[in-house]
Amino acid sequence: MEMKNMKVSLSGVELQNPVIPASGCFGFGYGMAEYYDIDILGSISFKGTTREARFGNPLPRVAECAAGLINSVGLQNPGIDEVIAEELPKMRKVFHQPIIANISGFSIDEYVECCEKIDKEEQVAIIELNVSCPNVHGGGMAFGTCASSVGEVVKEVKKVASKPLYVKLSPNVTDIVAIGNAAVEAGADGLCLINTLLGMRIDIKTRRPVVANRMGGFSGPAVFPIAVRMVNQVAHACGVPVIGCGGVSSAEDVVEMMMAGATAVEVGAANLVNPYACKEIVENLPDVMNRLGIHALSEIIGIV
Amino acid sequence: MTKIQNLYKVVSNRRLTHKTWVMTLRGDTQAISAPGQFVNVAIPGKYLRRPISICDFSHERGEIVLLYDVVGEGTKAMSEMNEGFSVDMLVGLGNGFSTSSVGSRPLLLGGGIGTAPLLNLGRALVRTGKQPIAILGYNTSADSFGMDRWFEEIGVEAYIATVDGSMGTKGFVTDVIRRFDIEGDYFHACGPMPMLRALCTSLEIPGEVSIESRMGCGFGACVCCSVETRDGVKRICKEGPVFRKEELIWK
Ligand SMILES: Cc1cc2nc3c(=O)[nH]c(=O)nc-3n(C[C@H](O)[C@H](O)[C@H](O)COP(=O)(O)OP(=O)(O)OC[C@H]3O[C@@H](n4cnc5c(N)ncnc54)[C@H](O)[C@@H]3O)c2cc1C
Ligand SMILES: Cc1cc2nc3c(=O)[nH]c(=O)nc-3n(C[C@H](O)[C@H](O)[C@H](O)COP(=O)(O)O)c2cc1C
Ligand code: FES
Repeated sequence: MEMKNMKVSLSGVELQNPVIPASGCFGFGYGMAEYYDIDILGSISFKGTTREARFGNPLPRVAECAAGLINSVGLQNPGIDEVIAEELPKMRKVFHQPIIANISGFSIDEYVECCEKIDKEEQVAIIELNVSCPNVHGGGMAFGTCASSVGEVVKEVKKVASKPLYVKLSPNVTDIVAIGNAAVEAGADGLCLINTLLGMRIDIKTRRPVVANRMGGFSGPAVFPIAVRMVNQVAHACGVPVIGCGGVSSAEDVVEMMMAGATAVEVGAANLVNPYACKEIVENLPDVMNRLGIHALSEIIGIV
Repeated sequence: MTKIQNLYKVVSNRRLTHKTWVMTLRGDTQAISAPGQFVNVAIPGKYLRRPISICDFSHERGEIVLLYDVVGEGTKAMSEMNEGFSVDMLVGLGNGFSTSSVGSRPLLLGGGIGTAPLLNLGRALVRTGKQPIAILGYNTSADSFGMDRWFEEIGVEAYIATVDGSMGTKGFVTDVIRRFDIEGDYFHACGPMPMLRALCTSLEIPGEVSIESRMGCGFGACVCCSVETRDGVKRICKEGPVFRKEELIWK
């Protein structure tokens, strides 16, 4: 078999392959390095980070769904300063590829302060602005579901960020292209989609919501067709590179997401049910490319 | 790096009571390092795995024993896995019980299905020369599945308490301790939260308890299982499921 070219480039950041564990499903990577050599990954998007440390929402914060799960973690993280002082050094020991920093917030000031700090970290190659977390009140998705507030936060962050800025979009909107365009007009270098869909499960025996926070973010293979559709719309309409995310579980899914328009692909829930999911995807990609007559992955980006 | 995900063959799977089953599986046990660790069982047709404590295991035979209550669709599906069925499990998850720094007469306090992980713990403690005593609590005699006999087989004295008094001492495990003046110098407990709370707040000896929560992954990746402890935020699946009694905050 000939050597397959899996390299992709996100706004000038070269990745050895397009496979990236999605934020919130891989921690800061070093925990997963107990299970395999994570240096084989294209990048890692680390856990959504805010200015202050957050415990997140009360337990239970996960619910089973058909072909997926609902989570209501609510951005548990140790806060930006602790992330820089403790988590990134541990991550650097076991991971030598470019890192994607997933940043969230409750005010424009908070987004700006966190991005300004993380921008200075050498191994951080891309900032992923999470304006789409459905699990917190008055932050996250509140920014990402309104075109003008997306524009405002992106414009302010852009002033302090030297690294490529990717905006992570929420699917809980009527017109994702409008939100994507607002981000791009305000200076976003790329887009990442989708975050989770707002969902709910009820325990019919106890007559109560399964997760303590009532609602949560739904993701997993069930959302894959929605993600492919949205990536396809946004990739063709917004004119910037797209990181495709949502339900990706196999090398075939990666290829499909790239054909839809994704330059790189994030894998979330699949890591939670199979700790080796990303490893297996990276290892299977050359075979799948071979079977489909693909010589370089960069050839297929957005061909549909 | 030991692989934590493997396929295991069901060697036997039989019903013990109206709700409790015991399954023996064969496969790679290398990732298991302590009693009180758990496995995360993939259920055909379900997205999330189901966490189940390792009741007993043997590296020599490559065997894992699981005790489980059928309480919902996932555990119902487990009860339908026949001999020879291949089960995808993550193994050796969690910290497990400590066996080194405990006293010489540890009490093993279990409630209902929570007695499961105490069996292998008893075996490990006996091996290190300790004299553990097991006290097993059930609601009623129909819920008891013969754990007391398994304990006696491995040389651990065992008592039973039932809430309705239909077997052993009437009441809770603490009533057994009082009735027979049992003196332990450490306790290891697993069972329903109200029981664990009562033990942690009433027993004066040092001890540790194994707690549960719904889990997303079971190996530390999603933080769906976090608890606030006196030593900061911890993941039940990774830093737990076993916590020292002083660590836990009972609200
Ligand atoms: C570390 C740990 C060890 C455990 N050990 C055992 C054991 O040895 N034997 C045993 O019978 N049970 C054990 N449990 C509980 C067991 O995981 C649940 O009873 C089981 O997941 C229920 O699944 P179900 O599909 O039958 O029920 P359902 O109610 O249909 O489950 C739906 C969802 O809720 C979750 N869930 C429901 N109850 C619990 C619970 N008590 N704890 C965690 N998740 C739950 C399930 O995993 C699933 O995602 C343990 C739980 C944990 C966290
Ligand atoms: C447990 C969990 C935690 C998550 N935490 C974050 C987060 O902190 N920041 C973020 O941008 N997205 C977060 N997400 C969303 C994922 O990164 C991803 O966008 C979404 O789950 C869709 O992908 P999937 O279907 O592959 O899971 C989380 C998802 C899950 C399941
Ligand atoms: S269940 Fe995922 S971190 Fe504990």
